[in-house]
Amino acid sequence: MNASDLAPTYDLAVIGGGPAGLAAASLAARAGLSTVLFDENPGIGGQIYRGITSTPVTDRTILGEDYWAGAELAAEAKTSGALIVGGATVWSLDPQRIVGVSIGGKARLIEARRVIIATGAQERPFPVPGWTLPGVMTAGGAQTALKAQGLLPAGRTVIAGTGPLLWLLAAQILRAGGKIEAILDTTPRANWLRALPHLPDFVLSPYFAKGLKLLREVRAKAPVVRADRIEAVGTERLSEVRFGRGDGDRRIAADLLLLHQGIVPNVNLAIAAGVAHEWNERQLCFQPVLDPDFGSSVPGIAVAGDGAGIAGGTAAAERGRIAAIAAVCALKPQATVPDPQTVRQRLQREEMGRAFLDWLNRPAERFRQPEGDTLVCRCEEVTAQQVHDMAAMGCEGPNQMKAFLRCGMGPCQGRLCGLTVTELIAQQRDTTPAEVGYYRLRPPVKPITLAELASLPISEIERKAVER
Amino acid sequence: MARSADVVVIGGGLHGCSTALHLALRGLRPILVEKDYAGRHASGVNAGGVRQLARHLAEIPLSIASMGLWEKIEELVGDDCGFESHGTVLVAENEEEMAGFRARVEDLRLKGFTHEELIDRAELKRLVPAVADHCPGGVVSRRDGAADPFRTTQAFRRRAIEKGAEVLEGVTVTGLARAGSVWRVETSIGPIEAPKLVNAAGAWADRIAAALGEPVAMDVIAPMLMVTSRLPAFIEPVVILRGRKLSFKQLDNGTVVIGGGHLAVPYRDENRTVIDWAKLAISARTVWELFPAMRAATIVRAWAGIEARMPDDIPVVGPSATSEGVFHQFGFSAHGFQLGPATGAVMAELVATGATNTPIDGLGIGRFKR
Repeated sequence: MNASDLAPTYDLAVIGGGPAGLAAASLAARAGLSTVLFDENPGIGGQIYRGITSTPVTDRTILGEDYWAGAELAAEAKTSGALIVGGATVWSLDPQRIVGVSIGGKARLIEARRVIIATGAQERPFPVPGWTLPGVMTAGGAQTALKAQGLLPAGRTVIAGTGPLLWLLAAQILRAGGKIEAILDTTPRANWLRALPHLPDFVLSPYFAKGLKLLREVRAKAPVVRADRIEAVGTERLSEVRFGRGDGDRRIAADLLLLHQGIVPNVNLAIAAGVAHEWNERQLCFQPVLDPDFGSSVPGIAVAGDGAGIAGGTAAAERGRIAAIAAVCALKPQATVPDPQTVRQRLQREEMGRAFLDWLNRPAERFRQPEGDTLVCRCEEVTAQQVHDMAAMGCEGPNQMKAFLRCGMGPCQGRLCGLTVTELIAQQRDTTPAEVGYYRLRPPVKPITLAELASLPISEIERKAVER
Repeated sequence: MARSADVVVIGGGLHGCSTALHLALRGLRPILVEKDYAGRHASGVNAGGVRQLARHLAEIPLSIASMGLWEKIEELVGDDCGFESHGTVLVAENEEEMAGFRARVEDLRLKGFTHEELIDRAELKRLVPAVADHCPGGVVSRRDGAADPFRTTQAFRRRAIEKGAEVLEGVTVTGLARAGSVWRVETSIGPIEAPKLVNAAGAWADRIAAALGEPVAMDVIAPMLMVTSRLPAFIEPVVILRGRKLSFKQLDNGTVVIGGGHLAVPYRDENRTVIDWAKLAISARTVWELFPAMRAATIVRAWAGIEARMPDDIPVVGPSATSEGVFHQFGFSAHGFQLGPATGAVMAELVATGATNTPIDGLGIGRFKR
């Protein structure tokens, strides 16, 4: 597939080939919409089903049945008639639904009558001292290597943090024959207070039995220690992990530290497109303001999947279907679509145990609001103290902070520091993250080369120049 | 109870902040009213070019006065504003352009201005080694340079406050009326009364002018810029073109800012712009041709600041033609950053004394009346 083979216009553009995107594209294409799905990875599946059509890990017990459920979704999408384009980086989306996309080093602008953003989630930043040392990576990164290439962590491995993915990764590593020196559980005990009222719903949800089984499986094979302080230590690279609780101070020699404290919506594309966002206090992140069909504040643009607020892979697929049904109803009212009520009921069931999980796995303040020399912005090397001082001097928001310190202005566009900066400013100024707000994000939301941009077809430029 | 001041300055861009500072330096008590925060729009996000080169004749005296202030900027505002002087080079892409440049430089000399200097191919290559070989020469203004726009605006704001100006941010002007011998400025936090009023409201200045009964045709524009990831240092001066829209400069940190006047779509009531990638692609292609070394560079961000453009592309600077005690300072048409320091001084002089020694004929609002 070349950029030049794309049509100038599609009924629906779906951005992201995870469960939400696959389900949405499938449903819309089957209902007769001309549908294109872009994903920046060569294969579909997104993060949760990464490598679903190509993984070398063929023993189905290792990645688990929840992973392999993605195969059906992928197969469905492939036969739906939707044009699925891998290796396609969407770098811009504007409120007129002009999509900027690069494929194989060539850029194109296409127009879509509807857009479903299904760019999913990313791991929450985990800024502890030493988190930028070689040998420290995210649990998600390790899981990607396992799914896509069948790679197991090498050397003495320590996993630290909180959240379901942490335990799932530990189980997958152990099942595949890997070894884990220790799991440092940073889940604050006090979280139980706020989680408990939601326990009955959780017990009835599909997560309950799976979760318990997973915890039991991991605890049987790897030592689990509670920690409320973590530090990665080493000169050239990681050599040990220091951790502790209260006054205690322990250390463990390690070659690899995998950090994880939950996932948050990947908001960059939606914010750059002008979609209004709000603070979610339970999940401690920004999420788009959406209607019941996952339509955003920008007409014709919907956000489905975990990008709409974290709810997990199976819920993501149902959300994708709901957004796709809305697109079909708007563009082709006579088409046959699945009964939206049935889909909504399934979604409700999938979302049921969420409140309990969210409250229980809410990361501790000290792991979200670092201090001193701990780096906040890795691209521009800005420390917590610098952000703190600037806020104390009167800098009111992340956008002024950008101008003063350049934090969030590197190639990652704030993905690794945005939430931390917002929370640090809120803490210093004694206000809420909702008040402080988030970075105004600028396209390109993914870097493109000058050569790619220069490659935009001339005729298209002239056409747009006349239209505007 | 209305607040009172000697002067109300509307707009907290570089121009409003500079005027507030110079008013305070003259011992007056200004209140500056800004609807967002200082430097939120064009003043904070422009390309930062400090350029005397290639200016309209009517602006040259202001520009030269401003250059003098830029060269002592730290004395004026207590911050170097990131100002660095490596010159601006206007590159000729062919002999025909070169001939035009030659005529312009000669004409300026006849009028007594010597800051623009014609350069041949060899001097161009010396100043800008990375430029493509087909360019036959150009014009340089050696004292020109670039500064950090947001930092500059903040420095002027900070120094204005230190010198006694009051800066009200997040405050909107909702009405203007004459009340006896003073102007009554209605704002979102109550009225302010002052005998003098400065309209430095940038992309919103036409509304202030209209409220004063002096409507003026003004475009709201949003010139786009894009910036690359860091590259090894390869160019010192700011480079601009005449035939095609391009301005080009490498910052201290290695990133390269590419602009030149292609426009985004502005939504001034929402403080928002929508980038037009098709037009940025034209800039990308121009850079591709002119600086082969840039082809593999990565674009990490594009943005646009909202500002005002007058029909004749030069600003409105001077007293109102209809309202006593009112002074206009807007419409800088995408090249107001360098003019900020001196224009503030001139406005303060006008407000305080009723006259200025810096020639600003040709910039009056009266020119739009028929």
